[in-house]
Amino acid sequence: MNINLTLIGQLLSFAVFVWFTMKYVWTPIMGALETRKKEIADGLAAAERGQHEQELAKERAKDVLHEAKAQAAEIVAQAQKRAAEIVDESKDTARVEGDRILTAAQSEIEQEANRAREQLREKVGMLAVAGAEKILKKEISADAHQDIVTALAKEI
Amino acid sequence: MAGDALTSGEYIKHHLTNLTFGQHPDGSWGIAHSAAEAKEMGFWAIHVDTMFWSIALGVLFLYFFSKAAKTATQGVPGGLQNFVEWIVEFIDTSVRGSFSSRNSLVAPLALTIFVWIFLQNLMDLVPVDVIPELAKLLGIHYMKVVPSTDPNATFGMAIGVFLLVLFYSIKIKGVGGFAGELTLQPFSSTNPIVNLLFIPVNFILEFVSLIAKPISLALRLFGNMYAGEMIFILIAIMYNAGLILGLFGGVLQLGWAIFHILIITLQAFIFMTLTIVYLDMAHHEH
Repeated sequence: MNINLTLIGQLLSFAVFVWFTMKYVWTPIMGALETRKKEIADGLAAAERGQHEQELAKERAKDVLHEAKAQAAEIVAQAQKRAAEIVDESKDTARVEGDRILTAAQSEIEQEANRAREQLREKVGMLAVAGAEKILKKEISADAHQDIVTALAKEI
Repeated sequence: MAGDALTSGEYIKHHLTNLTFGQHPDGSWGIAHSAAEAKEMGFWAIHVDTMFWSIALGVLFLYFFSKAAKTATQGVPGGLQNFVEWIVEFIDTSVRGSFSSRNSLVAPLALTIFVWIFLQNLMDLVPVDVIPELAKLLGIHYMKVVPSTDPNATFGMAIGVFLLVLFYSIKIKGVGGFAGELTLQPFSSTNPIVNLLFIPVNFILEFVSLIAKPISLALRLFGNMYAGEMIFILIAIMYNAGLILGLFGGVLQLGWAIFHILIITLQAFIFMTLTIVYLDMAHHEH
């Protein structure tokens, strides 16, 4: 229990230990702790940012989906409308065509009838001329009185 | 275990004697062979056991801590690093709590004080006879393994702290400011002549309180550890007094050792906290 040189020895070794701790223990450990703290904070911030972005993306996806649905519905409606139009159009076309065909047929029939009537009229004229010839004997030639025959035929 | 040749008194005395190296009265240098011889060597002698154990423990502390510091990464820490970081953060919290100025020396100082004193005190838990008996086998007759039961060790640290307190007091407040702190309070007067008369009174009061800091630091640690060591030695004496008392002594030693774990940690913590507080006071103007 004597106070002696040990005191100085302890004082010096204490000083050396403190210096060593300061230089090689405290500074690097606190540095590592600070760096880690910062990194964790950064990581948390990044995670939060990611979450936020995900939410935004979800919202955006919802919007896009909504838009796509609306577009699809529009397209379907347009297609339906177009189909109805096409059906209507073809109905119209068919009706017009039918009418045209009907008209053409009618006019042809009329023409045929007219032609037949004309022929009949001519024949009747001829018959009348022949009859008149027989009655008048030689007095009237068919060539000389052609205009009369035609006029007669027209009157029939 | 005390050896049949020794009485209880001699046993205790043997355990409380340091392995001292110094100059014998006849002029030759060597190890003291008795407490009386050690005393005769005076100031120019050295306690080899105190120096050896304290430096060995300090080196052990620095080895593990600097190893952890060298491999310290910002990634996921391993076992040793976790432990070291836990202590470092504990010290950092204590320093932040008690020390309000900025000084990069204080925290490492506190860490060194805490761990070093803790390890020194921890030697107290090694049964008192184990290391001395092993040393005896090597031919060393005195071995006091707990450095903090040597006042040289505790005063060494306390004086170190005291020098820092003086250094920072003068650095922060200047020689005049520090002298003023010692002489112009607690009593002061607006009358300069009365103030002049107060100076010696103030100086006596402040000087005592200044000197009391290192002395109380050193003696508190020394006293606690010395008393604890003494009780361990007294319990160890019971091992020689028959089977029943020996078993009773074993139970007592276990109980005291468990209680002593608290004292060991507490004394290290008190020394550290008071160091921080004293240095904080040195950084503050009054």
